[in-house]
Amino acid sequence: MPTAKVTMTVRKVSDQTGIIDIKGEVNGFAENALMDAYTQASTQTTRTIILNFSELEYMNSSGIGLLVTLLIRVKRQNQRLLAFGLNEHYQHIFELTRLREAINIYDTEAEALAAV
Amino acid sequence: MNAPSSHSDEDAPRDAAYWAKTVATLTVSGMPAEAINLNVEGRHLTGPLQGFGQLWQKTYRVRLSGVEVSPAQVVEVWKANLPKFMPADCRFYPSLTGVQPGEIVLIDADLPGLPPGMPVATGVLVLYADDESFTVMTPEGHPEAGFNTFSAYEEDGVTVAQIQSLGRANDPIFEFGLRFMGGSAQQEKIWCHVLTALAAHFGIGGQVQMHKSCVDAQLQWSEAKNIWHNAIVRTALYMPVYLLRKLFRR
Repeated sequence: MPTAKVTMTVRKVSDQTGIIDIKGEVNGFAENALMDAYTQASTQTTRTIILNFSELEYMNSSGIGLLVTLLIRVKRQNQRLLAFGLNEHYQHIFELTRLREAINIYDTEAEALAAV
Repeated sequence: MNAPSSHSDEDAPRDAAYWAKTVATLTVSGMPAEAINLNVEGRHLTGPLQGFGQLWQKTYRVRLSGVEVSPAQVVEVWKANLPKFMPADCRFYPSLTGVQPGEIVLIDADLPGLPPGMPVATGVLVLYADDESFTVMTPEGHPEAGFNTFSAYEEDGVTVAQIQSLGRANDPIFEFGLRFMGGSAQQEKIWCHVLTALAAHFGIGGQVQMHKSCVDAQLQWSEAKNIWHNAIVRTALYMPVYLLRKLFRR
């Protein structure tokens, strides 16, 4: 299986909030990286996971599928999934795939944190 | 017909040209004459989050061992021959433009449990298409709400063709059909057939492997209202009118 061209780092901004910084390409091969990052970001006290897309370089439809499965996992833990840093193109993609109805999107990290 | 997303060349992400433009509802044009155009025009798209039933991810793979063919070549053949690789009971009709982002593929299919000779008419949008994959997304009324991705990639020096579906039954009727009327088995048979036909095109008698997992076992009762657009019901109701109109247009 081809290797993912993505790095995901996790920041815990509080006991209840974790941020996953995504850099590179989100496609089907990024599944392990994304799920590992979520495992790291999600603790017993975590209530909100925020995805930082400001360094996203590329996303295909399989990448959107990964976000759907991540969202299901998050909801199963009674957590919320937010996102920020999506440029206009990727906001359109979220709109087109109707992901936007389930994941609130913000322009900046500060705005996303204020919504927690 | 929808053009791919447009941005200035300097700012456009690398994937910009591969995605369909955002649409409020679907429009159908440029279809082959034999395609049944019902239950697609004016419909909203439904993704894996908008359906009613349990959410399943099913992955089908066939290794094209012994064939010197790149993933891009496989997908090029796939796009050009999409109808040919489908089984006889599930007929695909891409638009005359072909499998391109924003294009519609009309479908008519015989579903288990329905009288013979009464196909269900629906279609899908080509959500995404690049050199090594293409993805379709379903509209309201389609048996499933979700995505289906057709792709090829290289693994250990061998090209692998893959179909991955992520979707839920759109409404309670289709959930019942999937679970109790053989719908799920038929769906799996269809995609195994497609990969077998694709492999045969390259001279390979490949063994299709399938892996499935239930991503979300919960039913989304708030989406039970999707039944209003159910393609089986709508096909049964409107098909006589549709056929009469087609007859008088000749």
